[in-house]
Amino acid sequence: MGEAIVITSGKGGVGKTTTSANLGTALALMEKKVCLIDTDIGLRNLDVVMGLENRIIYDIIDVIVGRCSLKQALIKDKRFDHLYLLPAAQTSDKSDLTPDGMEKIVAELKPEFDYILIDCPAGIEQGYKNAVAGADKAIVVTTPEKPSVRDADRIIGLLEQEDIESPKLIVNRIRNHMVQEGDMLEVDEIVQVLSIDLLGIVADDDEVIKASNHGEPVAFHPNTKASIAYRNIARRILGESVPLMNFESEKGMFSRLKKLFSKSK
Amino acid sequence: MIGNKQIITIKGTREGLTLHMDDACSFEELLKELEEKLEANRIDSADHLVGVHIQLGNRYLYEEQEETLRRMITSKQRLRIESIHSDVITKQAANEWKEEAEVKAVSRVVRSGQVLEVKGDLLLLGDVNPGGCVTATGNIFVMGNLLGIAHAGKDGNADAVIAASYMNPTQLRIANYISRAPDHESDGVYMECGHVDEEEKKIIIDRLQAVIRKRPGISSFERRMLNG
Repeated sequence: MGEAIVITSGKGGVGKTTTSANLGTALALMEKKVCLIDTDIGLRNLDVVMGLENRIIYDIIDVIVGRCSLKQALIKDKRFDHLYLLPAAQTSDKSDLTPDGMEKIVAELKPEFDYILIDCPAGIEQGYKNAVAGADKAIVVTTPEKPSVRDADRIIGLLEQEDIESPKLIVNRIRNHMVQEGDMLEVDEIVQVLSIDLLGIVADDDEVIKASNHGEPVAFHPNTKASIAYRNIARRILGESVPLMNFESEKGMFSRLKKLFSKSK
Repeated sequence: MIGNKQIITIKGTREGLTLHMDDACSFEELLKELEEKLEANRIDSADHLVGVHIQLGNRYLYEEQEETLRRMITSKQRLRIESIHSDVITKQAANEWKEEAEVKAVSRVVRSGQVLEVKGDLLLLGDVNPGGCVTATGNIFVMGNLLGIAHAGKDGNADAVIAASYMNPTQLRIANYISRAPDHESDGVYMECGHVDEEEKKIIIDRLQAVIRKRPGISSFERRMLNG
């Protein structure tokens, strides 16, 4: 029986879709059966990031209203045989998607897959409620910026009211030099405010944007910083304990010294 | 009326008149005697208003009854009602009183967009994050980081205080006073307490120890009795 994980953030543009695509890819690389669900009706992106846009025939709304079976709507990934995508609808009426419908779909997928990753739309309205409905666990994505942390806090508050395990945090798009100069919130600070477990940190990496444009998740390429970060996160999801990236030590020396000084003052 | 036991005893004190009213008779009898007494003892209309304290003993007055009583006393004579005191209150009022006097302990994180409202004092074991809000009719004590908004003495008690282990709030509100964080980014303070300074008429933040000296009755039951 698989596990359904919703990936959410509250604020838009912090990297929910990128995270979904990359975690899906990373888990698939570890021989897990994964299904990605895009619930951002009207603004679907996950298919583009995965490079599967041209294969879409049916979408999630078609499944809900019964125009096709769930099997027919699932798109098999180009690179893996055990990675699937259930795309969002681009044109259909988004009010057709309901929490009940979502729960049904997730329940139908669970026996078939190890992990079901649900990409949540931005905001806290209907779209969010739909995405959360079928989930067992939640991952909250934030960036080291105040507005994004604020929204993450709000989302965590809402998730606490759901029947879901305590959410885990991913801090995305960390820019080394800015953190070092104190212009960006530090990961420790974010974790302290949000007071949930940290699942991983991801560096702001040009490769991510390049990869998105090529329709190939960065996690598929082994050597970039972001790729390693996503793979580490995937391993943590599987229950391995992986230390927070060398990233930390890379950022190390300087800011550690700085921290030492700021503590001793 | 039984014998010539008086239902209403009038006593003159320095603060004015005190009317002791018997609590064993019916309200109608009480009113009748009150009317007679008021008719009998005319006070010269040239005199200034005399304050009256009413002692009801173990009698509970409904709102209409109290209204009738007030009207009768103020219309017949040049009297002003200072207070009406009864030894009994309803269970409902007692419960409200108790709620007002209680310290509610809550352990959670008040996150952005969330509002935590309590009657009485609030003891929060957890943080108030930016965008979160806690309110109490009494004092607020936060065992954690206060980064959002805290409103103490919400129903107008300006003696209420707000204390936090770490204080770096967006806003502090006490009764009708509001103060906000400075526009430049600032580090918070540890173990400090916000309260209203009567002279400056604004909220100031001071060390916990200093505030305790200014509000010695902060936790005593008497304070609550008086406020109740």
